[in-house]
Amino acid sequence: MRGRPLLFTSYEADQALMPTTTKKVALTVFLVALVLVPVYDVIPFAPDFLAKDDWLKVLTNVMIFAIGALGLNILTGLAGQVSLGHAFFMGLGAYTAAALGAPEGPLVGLGLPMWIWLPAAAVVPALVGVLVGPTAVRVRGLYLAIVTLGLVFIGEYLFRNTESWTGGSQAGRTFPRFQFRFWKEEEPLVDFSRKGEWFGIELSNEAKTYILLLGFAIVATLIAKNIQRTRVGRAFQAIRDRDIAAEVMGVDEFRYKLLAFGISSAFAGVSGALLASFVGRTIPERWDLLLSVQFIAIILIGGAGTVTGTLMGALFVIALPRVVQDFTAWLSDKIDAGEGIIAKVGDVFIATSGDDFGIVNTLPGTGPGLSVFQLNLVIYGLLIIVFLIFEPLGLYGIWLRVRNYWKGWPFTY
Amino acid sequence: MTPDILILAQEAADSSKLAATIWSGLSLGAIYALLAMGFVIIFKATHVLNFAHGALAALGAFFVASFATIIDVPGRWMPNAPAWLTWGLAVVLALIAAALVGMLLERLFLRPMVGEELFAVAIVTLGIDIVVRNITNDWIGTDIRPLGDPWGTNFFDLGFVRIAHTEIAQFVVSIVLVVGVALFFRSRTGIAMRATAFDQEAARAQGINVGRIFAISWAIGAVLAAVGGIFASTFPRRTGVDQATAFFAFKAFPAIILGGLDSIVGAVIGGFVIGLAEVAAGTYLEQFEFLGTGFGGVVPYIVMLIVLLVRPYGLFGTEEIRRV
Repeated sequence: MRGRPLLFTSYEADQALMPTTTKKVALTVFLVALVLVPVYDVIPFAPDFLAKDDWLKVLTNVMIFAIGALGLNILTGLAGQVSLGHAFFMGLGAYTAAALGAPEGPLVGLGLPMWIWLPAAAVVPALVGVLVGPTAVRVRGLYLAIVTLGLVFIGEYLFRNTESWTGGSQAGRTFPRFQFRFWKEEEPLVDFSRKGEWFGIELSNEAKTYILLLGFAIVATLIAKNIQRTRVGRAFQAIRDRDIAAEVMGVDEFRYKLLAFGISSAFAGVSGALLASFVGRTIPERWDLLLSVQFIAIILIGGAGTVTGTLMGALFVIALPRVVQDFTAWLSDKIDAGEGIIAKVGDVFIATSGDDFGIVNTLPGTGPGLSVFQLNLVIYGLLIIVFLIFEPLGLYGIWLRVRNYWKGWPFTY
Repeated sequence: MTPDILILAQEAADSSKLAATIWSGLSLGAIYALLAMGFVIIFKATHVLNFAHGALAALGAFFVASFATIIDVPGRWMPNAPAWLTWGLAVVLALIAAALVGMLLERLFLRPMVGEELFAVAIVTLGIDIVVRNITNDWIGTDIRPLGDPWGTNFFDLGFVRIAHTEIAQFVVSIVLVVGVALFFRSRTGIAMRATAFDQEAARAQGINVGRIFAISWAIGAVLAAVGGIFASTFPRRTGVDQATAFFAFKAFPAIILGGLDSIVGAVIGGFVIGLAEVAAGTYLEQFEFLGTGFGGVVPYIVMLIVLLVRPYGLFGTEEIRRV
């Protein structure tokens, strides 16, 4: 079918992961580029700031949030069940991982290897998700959103009060590190949490962690994509579009909704365990409503119901605070340096001293103006609103329009 | 939020436990009822599930704090006026400001979403919540801002129960507002609002200005939220408005769900039930070590889950009729 990339002669071809040669090439290049990020500083023309440890951390966070968002996308984007309870399942996964994987000490910890605690962090939240599922399946629509909201508050209370597991609000607890072991031997087989040499290249621990989590994110993407394009995914979408019609066609609504909750909770649990291990120490309040809202923001800004969109959303939402922070820092430097049009415009927006007026305040606690942290939250909120009003398909919708423009170029139809 | 409930519970243990529990439960419930009522009015009239209600409550309370104490308007021009008059005027100004904010939010962010899926609109209000809450919290800062109300910390001691002056004021205001809302729905505008709630297009065809109804319902909702916010941040609950006030209003959600999303009677009853349950749990279940701290704070959500298991549309909510 050379030269006619949109002609599909079979269902398999239509649903293929990489239907065209262009896509195969582009995806391969993209993946290679992602794997090579830690060594960008020695590759010519590559954006070498990404290879710095702090940006690698941002990218690692993107991978972790992408895994969780892929789960929420299955529940909300495919099956159409709005859930604000994602943070609760993430917390559950994190504490499962800690109880199994963290070294023995004052808090519960069995010191088991990663190949046990990571799958367990998927299984336990999935089981709990299926347990609370029946309530969630019985209520529909907006009632569901509020029920899952309650789940976050109940979860926070539970985590706060099980101090032997979570360490309580004051201290929090440590989580297992990214180390591969067969069993409880002293020296780990592969240690991602210490710097060292791989294939003759000296890598920092940030670089190693990044590569590990990139691998997890790719696996998660494959799983999500395969769920979406097979029987289960089609059943989810049928329920989303019209639940009664789906039932008439033989889709068992109850079973598939439970399944959606289970799958989504499993993704959330893994994501929570990875996030906690990556951060190292976390208090129970980490798993709050804001975290859930962040995931909602990711799939809405990215484009609900699409895997590509979810990944784009994760990159956008997680990297944005860093970009805003760098931008304000750059702007206040310009203002301090004095003259120039940028300095004058910037001065209106940024307050650099106590008596200065500005929308953003770089000195927290002095005078009016939002801190950079609050500014980021406000931007999140505005982005959610703006995307829903103007581009309900999210970043994916924008990408579609750009792609279609160039497909038809130079003709506009 | 929880510590104050615990203080309340402590007080309750000292005097006659049951009477005090019922009283503080009812007074907490009245606040939830106010918040829930505003929420239901917005939901009924405009079909918007307003997650920003808590933020609006905090913003309203902060408006009162700023008019009454921070910038002291109109008090600075009337040095000889009695405290209740200047405070009353400050509250009126604050409520007008809250109503304007409500109408502005509706016009800017929710009018373009008319006719979209209910989910999408609900998520828009989640975005509004983040924006309004963070800006409000930035204005409030890290301090607790007292509202400067004339009742202060005075209370009547009846021996078996202590009744704060604010609580009496709160009950009077709540009853006036509930009756006011009931009467409003019999007025010309109120009937128009009911028609809009029933069918937006048909209402339009009958010559009702649906956009105006949306604006009015948001104004009413924001004012009710603000009144709830004011009483949530005065004695005996707190000493002023702070960054936790917005989260306090999240506990009005169980009340709304309990009563059914679209029932005003349900919202009021749900508010009182949740308030009583929360305080009773704080008082009587505190002795059980294994429940840990802050159990009273999650009781509303647990009650909500149990009720929904039995009645998926709440106690008074209209069941959605589904067809293919």
